[in-house]
Amino acid sequence: MKKWDDNKAWFMVIPVFLVVAVSAILPLMTVVNYSIQDIFGPDNRIFVGIEWYREVLTDSRLHDALNRQLLFSSLVLLIEIPLGILIALMMPKKGWGASLSLVLVALPLLIPWNVIGTIWIIFTRPDIGLFGAAINGLGIAFDHTGAPLDAWITVMLMEVWHWTPLVALLAYAGLQAIPEAYFQAARIDGASTWATFRYIQLPKMRGVLTIAVLLRFMDSFLIYAEPFVLTGGGPGNSTTFLSIYLVKLAVGQFDLGPAAAFSIIYFLIVLLFCWLFYQVLLKVGTGDKS
Amino acid sequence: MPMVIENVTKLVANEKHIDSISLELEPGTFNILLGRTLSGKTSLMRLMAGLDKPTAGRILMDGQDLTRLSVRKRDVAMVYQQFINYPSMTVSENIASPLRLAKVSPSEIDRRVREVAEMLHIENLLDRLPVELSGGQQQRTAIARALVKDAELLLLDEPLVNLDYKLREELRTEMREIFKRRQSIVVYATTEPLEALALGGNTAVLHEGRLEQFGPTIDVYQHPRTTRIAQAFSDPAMNFVAGKVDGNNLHLADTLQAPLQNHLRGLTPGDYRFGMRPSHLQLQRTTDSDIEFQTTLDLAEISGSETFVHVLHNAQSWTVQQQGIHNYRMGEKTQVYIDPSRLYVFDLDGHLVASPEQHSAARSLR
Repeated sequence: MKKWDDNKAWFMVIPVFLVVAVSAILPLMTVVNYSIQDIFGPDNRIFVGIEWYREVLTDSRLHDALNRQLLFSSLVLLIEIPLGILIALMMPKKGWGASLSLVLVALPLLIPWNVIGTIWIIFTRPDIGLFGAAINGLGIAFDHTGAPLDAWITVMLMEVWHWTPLVALLAYAGLQAIPEAYFQAARIDGASTWATFRYIQLPKMRGVLTIAVLLRFMDSFLIYAEPFVLTGGGPGNSTTFLSIYLVKLAVGQFDLGPAAAFSIIYFLIVLLFCWLFYQVLLKVGTGDKS
Repeated sequence: MPMVIENVTKLVANEKHIDSISLELEPGTFNILLGRTLSGKTSLMRLMAGLDKPTAGRILMDGQDLTRLSVRKRDVAMVYQQFINYPSMTVSENIASPLRLAKVSPSEIDRRVREVAEMLHIENLLDRLPVELSGGQQQRTAIARALVKDAELLLLDEPLVNLDYKLREELRTEMREIFKRRQSIVVYATTEPLEALALGGNTAVLHEGRLEQFGPTIDVYQHPRTTRIAQAFSDPAMNFVAGKVDGNNLHLADTLQAPLQNHLRGLTPGDYRFGMRPSHLQLQRTTDSDIEFQTTLDLAEISGSETFVHVLHNAQSWTVQQQGIHNYRMGEKTQVYIDPSRLYVFDLDGHLVASPEQHSAARSLR
């Protein structure tokens, strides 16, 4: 059989390559550029090596922001994943109830981030907000602009209210994909509701839950709009998460070098955590003990 | 401890999924539910298991009415078309799960798990998870889980459908051996007539939710009560031709004539429908008494080592099952032959009048 080279295949790959280059690789290279040089103008730059990285890594305010961020993301996962599963388990499996509950659950996902912020600020205001006034009416002082804990609770509420539906929808899709025969088999075996959840539903949802954990971790780790709209990172620095700090550094203080170095580190941290989650979740329940 | 199903009817949204079925199954028997998809096999099994409640009728086990008893309180095991195992449990934990729920002692569980695992040749896979098994091994695990319970009633809903041909044959042969030694009532649903024949036991033919015939599998095959049962219990479907008997002569398709012989001799004059199994039709004359039909070749399908030749006879499509692989020129005229001693005879209402197997059956009894 005659063989020949057909270079036309390259034309199929080039568009994707261009899109990725322009949308991801070139901007990233700009950031890399800024992170290793001190740039004053187009023709005025000094190579500084890892100086910016050293500065950023020894910055105690950044350490605080990172710790705050880790605590926040852990809490988000601890609340949203079980809550999402619970909601998914309670949603009707078929009929008009299923469609209705899908629409209702999906509603918060349709609202833009900044609007979510505004809604909750008003909702939790002690003077005119329903939630804030009610809490204060019960005799509990609640003020998200003054008390750091209250600001945290408010950001958490926004985040949980906005994104638990995503976890619920993913979990619901996972549950719907389980063949009816599994539940019949469990009934015939005499398995309890808990055993059915523990040994059928949970293992069968592993794939979608892996995705939910990854998405929610990445997204909560990058949280910006909610604390920004609420207090701009305050009171004090209590809701200054990593991205708020990054923006303060880059836009507020115009320290582009450190901000660029920070971005690269930030990116690597997210990448590292996602890789870790992925590795761990892939092995859970597969009997792979390595 | 027979299981008795009394006039059981199941309506779903005013549609009759099961239409007044009565059936009596003895312990230690192997019973096949044969019918196409939607004929009611799975619905009937769900009723037997207690997963659904019948709209009318009763289900008795050993004289005791179980109709309203929930599935958890019944002594049932079931194997499905899909390979159903607990995904996060190992093979041995999977097999042990019904026993654990029944609070059997650990040493007893261990002994019984080993015993069934050996029976199904999965004793070397006990520490694996279902995802690490092939389809055949997954289904063996599911069957082991069902067997370990030693339930009074064991339901198998098309358990071999999702396996490839070789595995299916292998597991089928093994299952026949395993169930022979059990005191359970085994019920096995299938759409395939050949599988029913291979498994033996008793067969219940279902059609649109009704029980058409129940009896020993060979009996049902050789004496299908109606043309519909004959159709269902024949793969490919039986071929039919109109004909009549007058005096001592048999007229088929208006033009052909042959003297009445063997099982046809007692037929009273009148119109009949004659059934011919595809494997009994020939493209060459084999005996002098063969009846000859003029047909047109329509299509030839090769299936394994056989060829299914579709021919048209007076605009009616017939199937001729031929050993070996053959090539045919479509549209050509050809003769099809049948030995008249192979003809099934039905009256115009579709009821069996004479079966060619009476003689051979009688012979084999002697």
